[in-house]
Parts: sequence; C-alpha cells; structure tokens
Amino acid sequence: MTTIPASWYLVLAAVLFGIGAFGVLTRRSALIMFMCIELMLNAVNLTFVTFARTMSDIGGQTTVFFIMVVAAAEVTVGLGIVVAVFRRRSSTSVDELTELQG
Amino acid sequence: MAHLAPLILTFPLLGFLLVLVNGRSLSDRATGTIATSVVGLSFVVSVIAFVLLLHDKSREVTVNLFTWISVDTLHVPAALLVDPLSITMCLFVTGISTLIHLYSTAYMAGEKDFRKFFLYLNLFVFSMLTLVLANNLVLTFVGWEGVGACSYWLVSFYFDRDSAASAGKKAFIYNRVGDVGLLLAMFLLFEHTHTLTYLSIFSSTSALSPTVATLVVLALLLGATGKSAQIPLFNWLPDAMEGPTPVSALIHAATMVTAGVFLLVRMSPVLALSSSGRMTIAVIGGVTAFVAATIATAQKDIKKVLAFSTVSQIGYMVLAVGVGAYGAAIFLMVSHAFFKALLFLGSGSVIHSLGGEQDMRKMGGLAKWLPLTFPTFLIGWLTISGVPPFAGFWAKGDVLTNVFAHNKLLWALGVVTAILTAYYMSRLFVLTFRGGERFREVTHDHDPHESPLVMTAPLLILAVLSVLGGLLDLPWAHGFSLSHFLSPTFGYVAPSAAQSTGLQTGLALVDVAAALIGLFAAFTIWRNTVESPTFEKPFFEHVWRWDDAYDATLGRPLTALAHVTSDVVETRVIDGAVEGIGASVRRSGEGIRKLQAGLVRQYALAMVLGVTVIVVYLVGRVR
Amino acid sequence: MFATAYAIPDVLVFAAAALFILMGAIGVISMKNPVHSALSLILALLGVALAFLAQSADFLAAVEVIVYAGAIVVLFLFVIMFLGVDSSRHPHVEPLVGQRWLAAVGVLVTVAGVITLMVNSHWVSGVLSASTGGTPLATGYQNVTQLGDSVFTTYLLAFEATAGLLIIAVVGAVLLARRERPAEDDVEVEVEATRFDEPVAENDETTEEVEQ
Repeated sequence: MTTIPASWYLVLAAVLFGIGAFGVLTRRSALIMFMCIELMLNAVNLTFVTFARTMSDIGGQTTVFFIMVVAAAEVTVGLGIVVAVFRRRSSTSVDELTELQG
Repeated sequence: MAHLAPLILTFPLLGFLLVLVNGRSLSDRATGTIATSVVGLSFVVSVIAFVLLLHDKSREVTVNLFTWISVDTLHVPAALLVDPLSITMCLFVTGISTLIHLYSTAYMAGEKDFRKFFLYLNLFVFSMLTLVLANNLVLTFVGWEGVGACSYWLVSFYFDRDSAASAGKKAFIYNRVGDVGLLLAMFLLFEHTHTLTYLSIFSSTSALSPTVATLVVLALLLGATGKSAQIPLFNWLPDAMEGPTPVSALIHAATMVTAGVFLLVRMSPVLALSSSGRMTIAVIGGVTAFVAATIATAQKDIKKVLAFSTVSQIGYMVLAVGVGAYGAAIFLMVSHAFFKALLFLGSGSVIHSLGGEQDMRKMGGLAKWLPLTFPTFLIGWLTISGVPPFAGFWAKGDVLTNVFAHNKLLWALGVVTAILTAYYMSRLFVLTFRGGERFREVTHDHDPHESPLVMTAPLLILAVLSVLGGLLDLPWAHGFSLSHFLSPTFGYVAPSAAQSTGLQTGLALVDVAAALIGLFAAFTIWRNTVESPTFEKPFFEHVWRWDDAYDATLGRPLTALAHVTSDVVETRVIDGAVEGIGASVRRSGEGIRKLQAGLVRQYALAMVLGVTVIVVYLVGRVR
Repeated sequence: MFATAYAIPDVLVFAAAALFILMGAIGVISMKNPVHSALSLILALLGVALAFLAQSADFLAAVEVIVYAGAIVVLFLFVIMFLGVDSSRHPHVEPLVGQRWLAAVGVLVTVAGVITLMVNSHWVSGVLSASTGGTPLATGYQNVTQLGDSVFTTYLLAFEATAGLLIIAVVGAVLLARRERPAEDDVEVEVEATRFDEPVAENDETTEEVEQ
C-alpha cells in the first residue's frame, strides 16, 4: 500500500485527461482521436482506482473493470467504422466527414 | 284541402330535382316539357285548392309539415298558411309562371344553358311559392332568399358578359341591404312577441309598443324596398334587365318584385299599429312611382322603359299599402302581373324578331310584321295606360280613389304619374310599332318574323286576362270582389270605401283624362321623332343621377378604403408581419447553420468549452 | 521534502508512473506517424498499470496490460497497417481557425479548475483513507477475490449486460468492416455467409476480451 496521497494521483489523472482531450480536439486522424479517447478513459480509470483506495471500497475497481469492457467494445466498433469510412473515402481524416453540416 | 297545399310546392321542386338529377341525359325539349308541366300542375292544384277554400268556412288553414327549429322559446314549424291572400298569390304566380315557362321553351331554344335556365326557373317558382305560403317569417325568409338567389343566377345568366355579371352582383347586393331590414323586423318581433308565426304575431300585437311597431314597420319597409325595387333601393331592377326577357317578365315584373308588397300586406295587422310607419310607406311608394315614371320617359332601351315602368307600378302598390288599401294593392299586383308580363313577353317577341335588338330607335313600323304580337301589345299598352275598360284602369282607379280619401297631395302625385305612365308607354308603343321602319340596318334587310305559336299563345292568354282582369274587383260589386275575398286577412282596412258614387265617377273621369293626356302628348311628340333632347332629359335618362350619388357617397369612399386595406394594411402590416417572421427565421437560420459545419472537432471543442464554463462557475462558487 | 513525509519507494513508483504516463500521452498526441502514436499509447498504458499496481488494483493492472496494451493497441496497429500508414498529411497545419488555441485554453482552464476544486474542497484531504474507516483494500490474490465477489454479487446484472454489449459490438464490427461482395453473388448466400463465416478475422481479440 502506497503512502502517496490521493491528490497526487488525481492531479496526474487530470493532466492525463487534459492531454487526451487536447489530442481529440487537435488531431484530425480518426485513429489518433481514438487513442486520445483511450487516454481520457484511462485518466478516469486512474481516478476511480485512486478513490477506491482512498475510500477502501472495491466498487471503484469494479467500475474500472466495466469501463474497460465498454472501452474494448467501443474500440472494436469504432475501428470498424474507421475501416468502413476509409473504404469509401480513402482517408481517416474526420474533417472531411462533413455530410451532416447544416 | 290540407293535403293539397304541400302539392303546390312539391311540383316545382319535383321538376327542379328531375332536371337536376337527369342532367344532360334529357333533351332540351324534354327539359322544357317537364319544367313547364310541373308548374302547370302546380297551377291546377292551386285552382283546386282555391275552390276548396271558397267552400271552407274558416278560410285560414294551417298545414303543418314538420317541426323545423325548436330551441328554447323559439319554435319555427315548417308549416303552410293557406288563406285568401296566399292562395291568390299562388294562383297568379303559378298561372303566369306556366305561361312564361311555355314562352321560354321557344324563346330560349338553342341556348347553350337551356337546361340550367329551366332549373333556375323551377327553383324560383318553388321559392316564390314557399315565400307566399309560409306560415311564419322564417320560412318566408327562406323563400325570400331563394327567389333572391334565383334572381341573381338568372340576371347573370349570360355571365360571360361583364354587364350581366355586374348587374347580377348589383341586384344581389341591393337585395342584401333589404334583407337586413327583414331580419331586423324578425328580431324585433321575436323580442317582443316571442313568436315568428304570422297568426301568433297578429294575436299578440298588443305586446308591441307604438315605437316598436313603427320600427318593425320601417324595417319591413326596408326589406320591401330591396325586394320590390323602391326608393332608395330601386335602381338594381333596370340593370336586372340583363337577364333573358322571360326572366324579366316573370321575376322582375310579375312575381318576385311584388314580394315586398306581399310582405307588407301579409304584415298588415302590424302596419295597423303605426300610422307614421304607414305614412312613410305611402310617401315612399308615391315618390317612387313618380320618379320611376319620369325616368321611364327618357329611356331608349325598350326593356329599360318597362323596368322603370315596373318600379313605378310597384310604387303604386306600395302607395296603396301605405294608405291601407291592401285589397287595391293586391288587385293592382294581379292585374300588373297580367299586363306587365304581357308587355315584357311582347317586347321579348319584338326583340326576338329583330335578332336581339333592344334599342327603340332601331325599331319602328313593326305593326305590319308582327300580326299577333302587335294587337296583344296594343292591349297591354292600353291597359297600363289606364284606358277603360281594361284591367289597369280599374286597378289604378281603385288605388287612386283610396289615396284620394287619405291624402290629396299623394293623389295628385299619383295622377301626374298616371299621365307620365300613359305618356312613356305610348312613346314606347309609337317608337316600336309605328313610324318608319328603322330596323333594316339591324336585320340586314330581312323582314322581321313573327314568333312561333308557343310564344304568341301566352301573349294571347295574357291579353285576354288584361282585358278581363278588371272583373276581379269592380267598384260596385262589393260582395263578390277580390277585396272582399281578401279582407279577412287584413288587419286594417282604410276607412275610405264609403265615398259617394259621384265622387268615384269624378275620380274615374280624372283617371281617364290623365290617360288620354298622356296618350295625346306622346303621339304628338313621337309620331315623327326618334330622338328629342327636349323630352329626353339626361337627368331622367341617367336615373336622376342616383347611381352617381351612391358611387360618390358610398362606392368611392369604400373603394378607397378597400384600396388602403389592400395596399397598406394587407401588404405592409399582414404580409409584412408574416414575411418578416419568415425572413427573420430564415436569417437566423442562415447564421445558426454555420455552427453546424459537420466538423466533429468543432462540436467537441464546444463541449469542452461548455465544461470549462461549468468548471469556472464551480470554482467561482467554491471560492 | 518528500522524504520527510512519504516513503521514498512510493515516491519513486509514482514518479515513474507519472513519467511514463505523461511521456506516452504527449507522444500519442504529437507523433506524426500513427504507429509511433500507438507505441506511445503502450507507454502511457504501462504507466497507468503501474499506478494501478501501486494502489492495490493488482488485477486491474494485469488487465490493463493484457487487454489495453495488448489486445486493443494491437487492434489499433492492425487497423493502421490494414489501412496503410497515413503520415503524408500535415498534422501541424490546423485548418480550423482558432481550434488549437481555443482547445489549449479550454483544456488548461478546465484542468486547472478541477485541480483548484480538489485543493479547495473536502474531496481530497491529502490523507490516507480520509473518509471511510473501512479496512484497506487487499493486494495480490486477495484483490482478485474481492473484485470477483463484487462483480459476481453486487454487480451481477451489469456483468451480464456487458456480455450482451460485447456480442453486439462484435456483430457491429463485423457488419461495419465487411467488404461489399461483387454483385454477381447470390444475395441470400451472401447474407448466410456473412452471418456464419466472417467473424473469424477480428474475433481473436474480442474473444480474448470476453474471457477476461
């Protein structure tokens, strides 16, 4: 059991989340955006685990378990979409997917 | 008896429905036969009903058909009132209608809308009979509107002509104004007597205060002026001559236009309550008779002359009603129906023979060419001019005698009108049948041809009726006269009958003198003249500038208002509001749609910035 | 300063985890080549796994390495290779005006705000086991037991629901990634084949995940 205070990990998670969010906003490749989303998910996971330790509650870890399952499903479907889009457009750039503009 | 009255109504309705349902599968000939025979059957039934009524003791039979409206205290049955007045009206309406239907089968032959014409004509007869037979004001109003609608359709029968279309509209609008009067009278009566059935109203006249009674009478008068073409609503009738001539004869001379007089006579027990109201009626009638007669002296269109003559003659009837001589009014109405129908149908025959020409300046010398029309028209002319012993003399004499007993001034006006009547009719007669043959240009040198027998037969019958019509109500045959027959239905009889025989003879001589003066003057002036600015005053020719006055006082201001509404209110306010809303929505949409660029990263940035705002807010709150 | 308050090995472990995570994360968002990004992602995920391990989430740390750093990143690399390395574009040229600037401001302000909230509120006092007086979480084998108890008792329904979710994800992925067959093939046969034959290629990873 570590002696490091929870706030350290929480700040680390917040920074990780920020980097992930910045990546989603600035990178155009759908693949990189997915990776950044994974970063953000992991930031959240880290937070959950930190609170599970602080609160001595295994529920936090269970939630992370479920988040991972959902993330796996999301990546599977998401990459399927990327592949399907790439077949049509030969590009993974989300900036070119503007059919739904007003 | 009781079951006969509905039959009178049923036959014309049946004819209307038969022609309507069978549509184009009927030949013109079959349509004309059906339409004429149903009206003829209606006439036969009317005669039987009349004979039965003569032997009926009560002479007032109500035939209930069904309950029509029953709301709270308002009970309006669909019921018929068979009494001397309504049966008299039925007799002459169906009789004249039969003749005119017969005449029309030939006159309208070859018309494109032959079927439609008889459809309307049958519907008109049905409506007119509903009007006269109804036992309450509401049902009368149904007939009243029915004849108005048929009149509108028939006036604008040649609706592809602008003049006919606008004449129809004019007739319709003038009649609407009159209808408001009738409606107001109904409202007032229901307010105070809580019933609209004639007999119930008459039995509860005590509920009407003098003021209310006067208001009711004036409202009824307004209704009558609309329908019967009296001042101030008289000038739709001349325009109504745009309709086919049989229509002018039937609707705009013999039957429908007398509906106003009928209504006033029917409501005579209410009229009895208001002497000022009756005085107003008498003045309106007398003035209308005079004004219309002056206008008739200056018209060039043969049908226009007859139209103003009709207005003038109805003026006499209204005058008679005003002085309480209801019997005289109905007497004149019946005889007028005979001789005016005769004159109109005769003029129709003339117009027919000249291929549609109505201008009297292009007629003349037709006596030789129309061997049947000429003598019958001659009789009609003498009748309306008031030459004894024709019906017009007796009827007009009856009216004038009663007026003399009531008001000398109005009597004088009536006598002057009688002179004018004889004058303008003689002018018409001379210009049409005498003098040189000015029609060659119109007929392209063909000789005019006499109309077929189907058209001349009604002329002959009507001529006989015009000659013998006076027998209905001879002044000395009090026991068996029309007035005596009708008198139970009148609530008030003028206290005039008791005049000395000498005075009556004197008045009759005045009438004869008036007629002869008119005849003589017309022959002197018009024997060799076709146009005479001296005797055809533009003021008279243009209907006393009546239309111009309406145009200036009502037409133009209302048109201007309409223009303001359509140009300013409509375009700026209403369209502006609607289009402004649309434009602002579209503009804001144009702006907002830029946000929907379809760029996922922009959307994500918006989300992040939203979260940022929330976080900043929370930080601010915590601090 | 740290030495006085905290055990030095713990500090070292945290520092390593933080270093891995930050380096990996920055690598993910800054590398031009997506393959490099994916490899950086592995680094960041290993850092997260280390942080998990340090906070008595032994099982989750293992899963992080096997599923994330293993299966998912492999899947990423697989797709990258499948589509061809797409590095010809210029990631540093931003076509949307103000996007990068606004993103930086928004993210920085948000993170700073969240940290401020943490510091100024009772969420975190900086003391171990601040709120609950419960027994600290177990490590090692006990951790798996605890987690298993939780998943198969309290969260059983959610666990079953994830099974459905994964099936749907697999079917969805297959349908999305399926290549349109040439038109001359019989349509019915195609549908049949799609249903029963195709889930082979990408199923390896997903089956593994389900087994976790």
